[in-house]
Amino acid sequence: MSTALDLPAKPRDLSGPVGIALLLALAFGLVPLTASDYLFEAILTPFLALALAGLGLNLLTGYAGLLSLGSSAFMAVGAYAAFNLSLRVPGLPLPVSILGAGLVAAAAGLVAGLPSLRLKGFYLAVSTLAAQFFVAWALNRIGWLSNDSPSGVINAPRLVVAGQSFEDARGRYLFSLAIVSFLTFATGRLVNSPTGRNLVAIRDSEVAARIVGVKVARTKLLAFALSCFIVGIAGVLWAFAYLRTVEPAGFNLDRSFQILFIVIIGGLGTLRGAFLGAGFIVVLPLVLSRLGAALLGDSFDSGTLEMVQRIVLGALIVIVLIREPAGLSALLHRTARRLRLSA
Amino acid sequence: MPRSTSIRALLAGAALLALGAGASADEQYFPLQSYRVGPYAAGGTGFFGGFIDYLNLVNSRDGGVNGVKLTWSEGETQYEVERGVEVYERLKSRPGIAAWNPLSVGIAYAMIDRITADKVPLITINHGRTDSTDGRVFPFVFPLLLNPYSETSGIVEYLATREGGLDKLKGKTIAVLYHGSPYGKETIPIYELLSKKYGFKVEQIEVPHPGNEQQSQWLTIRRLRPDYVVLRGWGVMNPVALKTAQKTGFPANRIVGNVWSNSEEDVIPAADAAKGYVAITTQASGAQYPVIQEIVRTVYDKGAGNLSDKKRIGSVYHNLGVLNGILNVEAVRIAQAKFGHRTLTGDEVRWGFEHLRLDEARVEALGAKGLFHSINVTCANHEGEGRVTFQQWDGTQWKVVSDWIKPDWASLRPIIEASSTAYAKERGLTPRDCAAEEQADIQSGKRASVDGK
Repeated sequence: MSTALDLPAKPRDLSGPVGIALLLALAFGLVPLTASDYLFEAILTPFLALALAGLGLNLLTGYAGLLSLGSSAFMAVGAYAAFNLSLRVPGLPLPVSILGAGLVAAAAGLVAGLPSLRLKGFYLAVSTLAAQFFVAWALNRIGWLSNDSPSGVINAPRLVVAGQSFEDARGRYLFSLAIVSFLTFATGRLVNSPTGRNLVAIRDSEVAARIVGVKVARTKLLAFALSCFIVGIAGVLWAFAYLRTVEPAGFNLDRSFQILFIVIIGGLGTLRGAFLGAGFIVVLPLVLSRLGAALLGDSFDSGTLEMVQRIVLGALIVIVLIREPAGLSALLHRTARRLRLSA
Repeated sequence: MPRSTSIRALLAGAALLALGAGASADEQYFPLQSYRVGPYAAGGTGFFGGFIDYLNLVNSRDGGVNGVKLTWSEGETQYEVERGVEVYERLKSRPGIAAWNPLSVGIAYAMIDRITADKVPLITINHGRTDSTDGRVFPFVFPLLLNPYSETSGIVEYLATREGGLDKLKGKTIAVLYHGSPYGKETIPIYELLSKKYGFKVEQIEVPHPGNEQQSQWLTIRRLRPDYVVLRGWGVMNPVALKTAQKTGFPANRIVGNVWSNSEEDVIPAADAAKGYVAITTQASGAQYPVIQEIVRTVYDKGAGNLSDKKRIGSVYHNLGVLNGILNVEAVRIAQAKFGHRTLTGDEVRWGFEHLRLDEARVEALGAKGLFHSINVTCANHEGEGRVTFQQWDGTQWKVVSDWIKPDWASLRPIIEASSTAYAKERGLTPRDCAAEEQADIQSGKRASVDGK
């Protein structure tokens, strides 16, 4: 378990500044020029949204060691908050309403984080389940939150920032990418700051952290608030940039588990883990199903294909976690080191 | 001699190729966001099976629609919105798309902006967003036959016939047991409205998803002693409701199911408890209708049928799929009459749906007399005045127990228009002028007939 909880790899190896600059150049420069609408709309945009959610949860679970099963509830809070802000405050610029949504989600996270002051481990996870169910219940129950739409499903507002429309496939991707990159950098700065080290200290030993003077209660709540801020914004991206509708059922427990798996498979306590995990959980199934359809043709029964794909994906998860319990991030790290050694 | 044969073979091959090329040029494609695995697979396999069976029938019996072959391919959604969106994005660039038929409220909602931008019709038969009935605001969305409000009105009209008139509903109590989801909640305001209008008392009780535990809800119902219970369920909630009703002593023949609580898959698991249960439908179940018989002869007897279990031929979901096939194919045929016998664009098929008028005679000619009543879609009314009928489960099969009932469309229309106007305002849309469009159609039709002469 200790490898899983190592600090993020120091700059200098693959994730160094050069690597990041290359990756950003690729994502902002080359991808928008070459990718198809399908790649943008069905793969990259949801990938970015869930990677961001994974990043947020990683801050809480990976860095601060607090397990949460309520991530999708905070995504829902973010999405509904952004919807209501842009609906009820006319002329509010989109970035402001997204920021506001993050703050509302952070506030919700603060409340949901209160039990963490007394509960630990699985007990805390169970208490975050309450948030998961309460939010779904409230969104179903309180008509005002969905502007009294009879079915409770709401349409996302248009993606326009300062007169610039991001409505097409490429725009949605770039919009998400900009937000995700910004928040990833901010998180990167955070985890290397004293606050970030406090989070890790609490994870590794609460008693020791308290002895060296870390304010445990405050730091835990801060972890919840920061994590939910990011997860809330991920919810906005998921609803506004990707799906374009919001319904409570889309933010159910399954989604929370999905985000948790992204973090675990990607690698706890690493920034890139969220992206690797999202790639594994979001993109890989699509690649598998496209591969299956390409091999077997259109007429093949889609239900059977789906089952085969699930079996393959499940087997891959097991293999990855056996080969590297610390997740894909550690696997990548190890591979890179081996390559360097052999070179 | 060998040489001439090879030349002949070459010629024949070339001819075949030419034919093949010709055929592939004239194809109309149906992308199917089906769900064959997951909790709603029973509905998905039945509906998409019926749809594909009908497309197969038209291809093998008539060689397509006026020579235009129908094609399709499936993408698995598991009834999940994001998978539906993924399938949409994957298949939307295929040529000659006629219409989308996701059979899921959530997926349909997520597609409304997308299909409007891409100008392709979205069909939500028997479900969907109620206010999309207003074609002036939702030009590409078609909740064909029955939107949730009409369904509610149809159920109330039916209960009135059982009581002996709408005025007899006064003072009666109706409990509505609804699924705790966007779909389930959609009709809450309309039950309230009708209860005020006709003076019956309505009590709406939510069953949280998925609905496999309903003891407390049925205890409430027992205390309430309603005259009728309307079951607005989905999936596992339906058989559980029927079984719990039996346990608490509420008679099944006083429970009326809505259009997603009306299938064999809903009643068979409840066994005895479902005997006498009544449910609304737009398409009667049973395999006796000529079109279903033709599907059995031309498709299943040749081993090309889509349902793996032949016993499900003629079941509620299968017949709904067949009916959906009829409506899609006829819309294409009607649009072809205007635009020519070729692959149509989505916008041209949209015109076809807006002129989808099948009277009883045409329905009979299609071999569907008794399967469904009629449809009359216009530019402004995308639902098309579908009639409903009621079936009672006798323990082994559904038996029709009512006439074709007309929902009270006139009193529903203002609520629909209020909602669609609000939507148009929220999105900054200008509603279409349907009268002007119809006038233009008539003009161009006249010109075409003059040119023809």
